[in-house]
Amino acid sequence: MGEGLTINQIAFEIRAVLPIIGAMADAPKTAARPLSPHLQVYRPQLTSMTSILHRVTGAALAVGTLMVVWMLLAAATGMGAWITFQNFAASPLGLLMLFGWTVALYYHLCNGIRHLLWDMGYLFAIKDAYRAGYIVLALTFVLTVLTWWIACPWSGG
Amino acid sequence: MKLKWENDGSIKTPAARARGLGAAHEGVKNWWRLRVAAVAALPLTLWLIWSVVHMQGWSYAEFTNWLAHPVNAVLMILSVLAIFYHAALGSREIVEDYVHHEGFKLFKLIAMQLFFFAAAVACIFSVLKIAVAG
Repeated sequence: MGEGLTINQIAFEIRAVLPIIGAMADAPKTAARPLSPHLQVYRPQLTSMTSILHRVTGAALAVGTLMVVWMLLAAATGMGAWITFQNFAASPLGLLMLFGWTVALYYHLCNGIRHLLWDMGYLFAIKDAYRAGYIVLALTFVLTVLTWWIACPWSGG
Repeated sequence: MKLKWENDGSIKTPAARARGLGAAHEGVKNWWRLRVAAVAALPLTLWLIWSVVHMQGWSYAEFTNWLAHPVNAVLMILSVLAIFYHAALGSREIVEDYVHHEGFKLFKLIAMQLFFFAAAVACIFSVLKIAVAG
């Protein structure tokens, strides 16, 4: 320890050098680091799950537009094509697809409104984001049940 | 293929060129269009569900008569435009975010745009045929 160096000065020197040493030690590691937090290291939360579900339902609905294309093309083609479509829509597979379609659509619609509210600057507090997430899930359930209740032939709707 | 952030002689740094452009490499233009289409699709989709729910057991004539009504025909065409435009932009966003191979990404983007365009044309033609030609 050289003469005239106080403890404070030594501490200052060490503090000045530490970041450089740190950067040197980190340099090889930083190249292999993931660029953003990824699914494997992320604990699922309501906010991340609703976000992923928004894209999944969006992609499913994009494929589901084929049902709309089929419905309209069949109607424009003629009675035979229309009956084929109607028979498929009323079959167990068709009903299952329609049911999945309504769930996906109501979810995407409600959560889409949540996204629009975020775009307008609302719901940024964690509590609000969670509350809106639960409201979206509840609304999806209620609207789906309501729709199929009305659609059910034996409900009298 | 030249990417937008690649330097082509400009004095701008690559960071300055890429800033604000995002995964689409062209800024917020499609972000805004996606939202406008979403707002348009919102009431139209609810109308579509409401209509389809009441179509249970409809005969062919009942359905075509319903679709031939000007209000229903116009609302159906508007629904198709809003929904397919929103779907095209939305799936575009997903591909831009998750597909990283430039060639495959380009292929997927082109294929999807063409698919949604063709599907929308098929729907609109069908509605017009029923409404106008009977």
